[in-house]
Formats: sequence, structure tokens, C-alpha cells
Amino acid sequence: MTAYKIIDHEYDVLVVGAGGAGLRAAVGLSESGLNTACISKVFPTRSHTSAAQGGISAALGNAGEDDWRWHMYDTVKGSDWLGDQDSIEYLCKEAPRAVIELEKYGVPFSRTEDGKIYQRAFGGMTKDYGNSPVQRTCAAADRTGHAILHTLYGQALKHKTKFFIEYFALDLIMKDGECKGVIAWNLNDGTIHRFRSHITIIATGGYGKIYYSATAAHTCTGDGNGMALRAGLPLQDMEFVQFHPTGLYGIGCLISEAVRGEGGYLLNSKGERFMEKYAPSAKDLASRDVVSRSIAIEINEGRGIGELKDHVHLHISHIDKKIIEARLPGISESVETFVGRDVSKEPIPVVPTVHYNMGGIPTNYKAEVLTSNGKDKTVPGLMAIGETACVSVHGANRLGSNSLIDLVVFGRSAAKRAIELVTPNTPHEKISASETEKCLDRFDRLRNGKGENKTSELRLSMQKTMQSKCAVFRTEKTLKEGVEEIKKPYEGMESISVKDKSLIFNTDLMETLEFDNLIRQAITTMESAFSRKESRGAHAREDFPKRDDINFMKHTLSWHNGKEVKIGYRPVTLSTMTNDVQSFPPKERVY
Amino acid sequence: MAQFNLPENSKVLKGKYFKDITGSINIKKINIYRWNPDQNENPKIDTFEVDLTTCGNKVLDILNKIKNEIDPSLTYRRSCAHGVCGSCAMNVDGINTLSCMKSHKEINGEINIYPLPHLKVIKDLVADLSTLYRQYESIEPWLKTKEKKNWSAEINQSKENRKKLDGLYECIMCACCSTSCPSYWWNEEKYLGPAVLLQAYRWIMDSRDEERKERLKTVADKLKLYGCHTIMNCTNSCPKGLNPAKAISSLKKMLATN
Repeated sequence: MTAYKIIDHEYDVLVVGAGGAGLRAAVGLSESGLNTACISKVFPTRSHTSAAQGGISAALGNAGEDDWRWHMYDTVKGSDWLGDQDSIEYLCKEAPRAVIELEKYGVPFSRTEDGKIYQRAFGGMTKDYGNSPVQRTCAAADRTGHAILHTLYGQALKHKTKFFIEYFALDLIMKDGECKGVIAWNLNDGTIHRFRSHITIIATGGYGKIYYSATAAHTCTGDGNGMALRAGLPLQDMEFVQFHPTGLYGIGCLISEAVRGEGGYLLNSKGERFMEKYAPSAKDLASRDVVSRSIAIEINEGRGIGELKDHVHLHISHIDKKIIEARLPGISESVETFVGRDVSKEPIPVVPTVHYNMGGIPTNYKAEVLTSNGKDKTVPGLMAIGETACVSVHGANRLGSNSLIDLVVFGRSAAKRAIELVTPNTPHEKISASETEKCLDRFDRLRNGKGENKTSELRLSMQKTMQSKCAVFRTEKTLKEGVEEIKKPYEGMESISVKDKSLIFNTDLMETLEFDNLIRQAITTMESAFSRKESRGAHAREDFPKRDDINFMKHTLSWHNGKEVKIGYRPVTLSTMTNDVQSFPPKERVY
Repeated sequence: MAQFNLPENSKVLKGKYFKDITGSINIKKINIYRWNPDQNENPKIDTFEVDLTTCGNKVLDILNKIKNEIDPSLTYRRSCAHGVCGSCAMNVDGINTLSCMKSHKEINGEINIYPLPHLKVIKDLVADLSTLYRQYESIEPWLKTKEKKNWSAEINQSKENRKKLDGLYECIMCACCSTSCPSYWWNEEKYLGPAVLLQAYRWIMDSRDEERKERLKTVADKLKLYGCHTIMNCTNSCPKGLNPAKAISSLKKMLATN
């Protein structure tokens, strides 16, 4: 065994990750008097929640009549009936309170004429169960995520959450199927830490970086998903990867749906507003999977723009300059910085870009992690929230502005559940050394990798495979090739090379550990996609163009034992949580 | 005249030279500050010849290219890569900026990259920002109201009052401003510095906050606020185009007229 000195910590609850979900949970926990620690590999305000632009959905009704039931209907329809309706009911019903709470925490929301929170139109958000667009997305200009993240960090400081910043979580400590805490590596001084906690809440975000082109940050490596897989737990619905219709062409930076919400529209090389053809009623504000597929078809059929005819244009120059300045200042800045264009005069070049993972660690609406042995079973001591979790409120496709609300509603729900489960200062069980050793052996093996494969090369090979074999449109052939090809970078880890052997801020090693997490998720994503022989939401199979409710209205589960993937399924919850609303039965999805 | 000696190991020496192996004719020389805490050595400047034909437009693209293809031990922080997270702040070509937003095409000749100035270096381009973070916490960056919690409606704020937060709430805490400020270099422990004062001002200007007077009193301590000598480096260096110098002068004015 390797000789690493271990520093021990004991907390009632441990939150791993300090984005919107992790911070909201930490605030609730600290406020209640539970001894709470929050560890994060980046300083909290650097988390990727900061990149969320357009807004946070809640049926406040500040811009015309609204009802949380309509929001629920839109979310169920958006999910292509793969979302669990009990959880979606909880999300939409709790949403208005969660947004009001954020406002009282200090989020600088934009305002209406009468001083209320400003709400804008967003894709798939309608009134009267699909009848006409509604303004439901609450916004702080086009920097809503930034404003929420900074405010939540302030609240966590107010409630004296104990932060461990630039600590990288290595693995969960499991004992007899229960989670007992986490092993982490402090980048700043190179020390190894063992956090023992009665409940561990994973809030580590998505894994967009399995793809070559993504709006995701370099740090979006799904570390919690990787830890769950290594702990023998399944991930759910990994095949559902959202391509945002409008990533900045050639750069990958997000161009918010708010641009279309404020009246922007898409044009092909012939100058046609092609969305009218694919979504006659919602047009440019159809849900994201629909718009991304439409752009992909336009490009595939030769109506793309530019020398390579590989992108389309997003126009906003017809919108009043004052409105652009007030509501879309961040977009104007990004377009100017990255492609040197003035949005008030020129169109924005855009292309569908990987943006969000609907899949992740399966949980119930209380954020408790689920596993399955034919029947659902909660994993004691473990919770998951935010993009890393699959509650599932987004099903096969997430609606824009439903992710920020997911963070705070389920962040709060996790805190509430933990408060029910844990008595403050309960003593901790002893943990045997073997669990810690297993984790540190992996760490030490990678750290001392003296092989010939560079982490950056393996990562690039994984990203290129995902990009070409598991894109907007998928077929049996591409996925079958993908399943084989994606094994190669994983096998390449046997002979990995890590140049930097130090322990202090060793980003070479950190990127290698992140790659170890990413590649397991890439493999489960590809296998899950290969196994789902239907089209639903973001999973579009050219060879199975229709949704197949008889065979596939079920969640995919995927395990990875270090060698191969095991696929299983669990049912979708169609029943609602209460009698406040009736279940929405499946029907054809038209926008 | 007084003689000053530099502390031991503080002199920056010439480091390794990584020659181009691609044979490209579009080569740029990149000089990067390197220091590894594990080796008891002076900091060094390594020079990398980088092929720009296969590189994105930003300085961060160059760093990623070096890390991926030439020297994986090069250490720097980065995350979002589009100017919203504030991780990749560093000194490029003599100016503090976000490497993900700074185009290398604007820089003639060799590019010099250093960590943010006047901070303890942890490794290479990674500097220790813990003092700044502690100072941020000290201004109590949360809304203070006396109202009993009522979750049915938001606190009203007029459009005009909300507008007063524009140019303040957008700060991403990259620290480019504070670490470009000579006053902050000299009095880092006492003077709050432009980044934190901008945030103090953000909460003072929020019409919903009910403790404006107490907040003002807290920053009025001599050096906390008055360490500022209107040098204006802060405003010049802000990669988000914000104006901390103006916020500081507004704070001074508020105190003078209150």
C-alpha cells in the first residue's frame, strides 16, 4: 500500500460540489444547524452554474396568467413522456416559492414596470396546456446563472457553511451498500483527506466534456457520476444528451435561448425562416431537441451557411437596440469577443452544440439515490442533485430554464430530507482501511503512470468518437461502431503517462483523474444509446424514427464494473404525487 | 542610499526552451513563468515555440495547446473558457486579463505570461487568492432585510432602482483589478481593494437592503476604503468592462455627504 498520510474530518452532512444545487443544499443544511461541509474542485463562483444565461422557470404569473399545472404539462411533454410525473409535479409546484426565495436572498432579477420579477418567453413554455406561448422564465438580464450562483455563495457564507475549496473528490467511501463519506485530494497543499458524513450529497454537475464541442466548461467532467459507477451504482438515461440549438459556431460558447425568447429567429442559406416548416405553431421557440434536429436537417440537406455550409444564422438585428442592451448584454459581449460581430447589425453564426446531460445518478424527488435489483432500492447515506442527478424531471429532453429551477428545488429538497434523517452530531462508525486503500491505489497508479499514452490524446480520441458516433442523429451502424471505438481510449489508460508527479496543484494528474471519470460516462452513454431502439426527445435514431411507448417507455440503467457495461431498465412514473393535478397520458409531441 | 536585497530564490531565471517540432512557419514564442513548490529552486521563464496554424485565437488556446501537446506539467486554472467563471485570470503581455478572452493576435512579438502580480504563487500561473476571498466574506455579501419571511411575493424593486446594480453585479471575482492596484500590493491585509469594494458598493446600492448605513460605516474604516489613491489601474484592467474606480469614488462621496 502506498504511504499517503490521511487527514480525517467528521461532518453530519457533506456536499460535494458548489454550483447552484450544492450551494442551495448547503444553505438549507447549515441554516438548520447540521454540521455541514462543502467541498469543491473550484472556488464556488467558478462553478458552471455561472454560465447559465436565459433564466429560471416558475409559474409566477408576473407577465400574464400562469399555472404550475401548465408548467408541469410543458415539462412532461418536453421530456417526451420519459420524465417521472411525481417529480415533475413537485418541481413545478415548488418552483414559484423557490424563485421568491432566491429573490429574498438578493438575486438581482430584472424587473417589470410594476417592480416585479421580469419573465420572458422560452422554448416549449406555454399556457393552457400547449395553447400559446407564456412568459414564465425569470431573468437577471442574460446572466441569470451568474447572479444566482453569487447570491447562493453569499447565503452559504452567511450561514457559515464550512468550505473546502480546490479539493478534488476521488471516491465515495462505501460500506455494505451504504455511503459513509468521500476521499478527497487538496490541490493547494497536496494532502489527502477522508470526510466521514452521515449523508453525502453529490452535486458535481454534468459531463459535457465527453464531447469535442460543448458549451460545457473544461471542469464539467461528471466526477460524481464517475464515483457512483466505481461504487457499483448505476447511472440512468445516459443516452439523452441535449444539443443546444445555438452554440456559437467554431467556438462552442452558448448563445442563450433568450435571444429567440426576445424575438430572434433562425435563417438558412436561402434566407428562409426554416423553423416555420418543422414547428408551425411554436416556430423558433419549439423545444431544444426539435430545433437542433431541424438545424441538422437543414445543414445535411445543403442549406447550411458558410464555405462549408455547416452552420445557420441567428438574427436579432431587427430588435430594438435598447432591448438588446438591457436584456441581452452578455450575448452581445460574447459575440463581439469571440467572432468579432456586432449583433445589432450582423447575424450570429450558430450550430447545435452539446449542452446538457438529462441522464445521471437516479434519485427520487427527495434526492435519495436509487439503485435497482429488479426493484427500486434507495442507497442509504447518498443523495444526488442538479445536473449530476436524474430525478427524472427532464426525461428525454430538458426545456430551457428548467435546469436552474431543478438546482434550487431539489437542492432544497435534499436539505429537507437530510434534516429529517440526521440528528446533529451523531457519532460516526469506524471505517476499515481497505476502502480508503482501494481508492488511493487508483490515485497512486494513475499518478505514477509511466506509459506512452498522453491523457490529452486519449481524451481527444474519446471526444472525437462521441462527436461522430453519438451526435444529434444516430443509427444502428454509427452506434455499433461507437461502442467498439469508445473502448479504445479506456483500454489506453492501462498505459497512461502522467508527467507531473507532484501532489501540489498537479493539474496533469487532475485531468487524468477527470478523464477516468469521463471515459466511463462516455462508454455508458454509447451503450445506453445503442440499446434504445426508438426515437425519443434528444435521442433521435434515423433507423427507428418513432417513439415506441410499448417497448421503451422506461428508464435505461447502466452499470460499469471496470470492464464492461450492464444495461437494465426501470419503469417511468406516470402517476402524479397528489390529486392537485391529473397524470398527462402520452400523446404525439407536436410544437 | 539604502540597499535592498531580494529574498533568496526570488530572482527569476531563464528556464527551458521548447523548440517547435512541427516545422510550421507560423510560430509564436511564448514565455511563461514557471515555479514548482516541490523543487527548492528559483522561478524560471520557459519559452515555448507554438504553431499558431493549429491553435484557437485566445491566449487560453495557446496554454491548452502547450499542456496537451508539449508540456503536460504546465499549471494554470481554467474552466468556462468564455469569460464568465473568472478562473483563468493572469498577467498577459503586462496586463491582467482573462486568458480565455484575450486574443493573441493583438500581441506583437513574443507573448509573456505571468501569474497575477503580487500574490503568493502556488505553482506556475496559479496564485493564492485566499486573502481576497476572506475580504469578500468580510463585506457580508448577502441581502439584509428585517422583514419576516414571506414566500408569497417578491420584494418590489423599481426598474430604476434595479438599474443601479448594473455594472456592479456582473463582477466575476477574477481579481484582475485588485492585483493590478499598487495600493492593494502594499496594503493587501488592510485595504479591501477594488474587487471587494465594488461588491461592497453593490450591496449598498441595492434598494432592497435595509442596512446601508451599517455597511457604509464598515467600509469607512481608514484603510479599508481610503487605501484607494485613484490610480485607476483597476478600471483599465477589468476584462468585463466594469468600473471599480467609479464605485470607490461614489462610496467616498456617499461618506462625505452623509
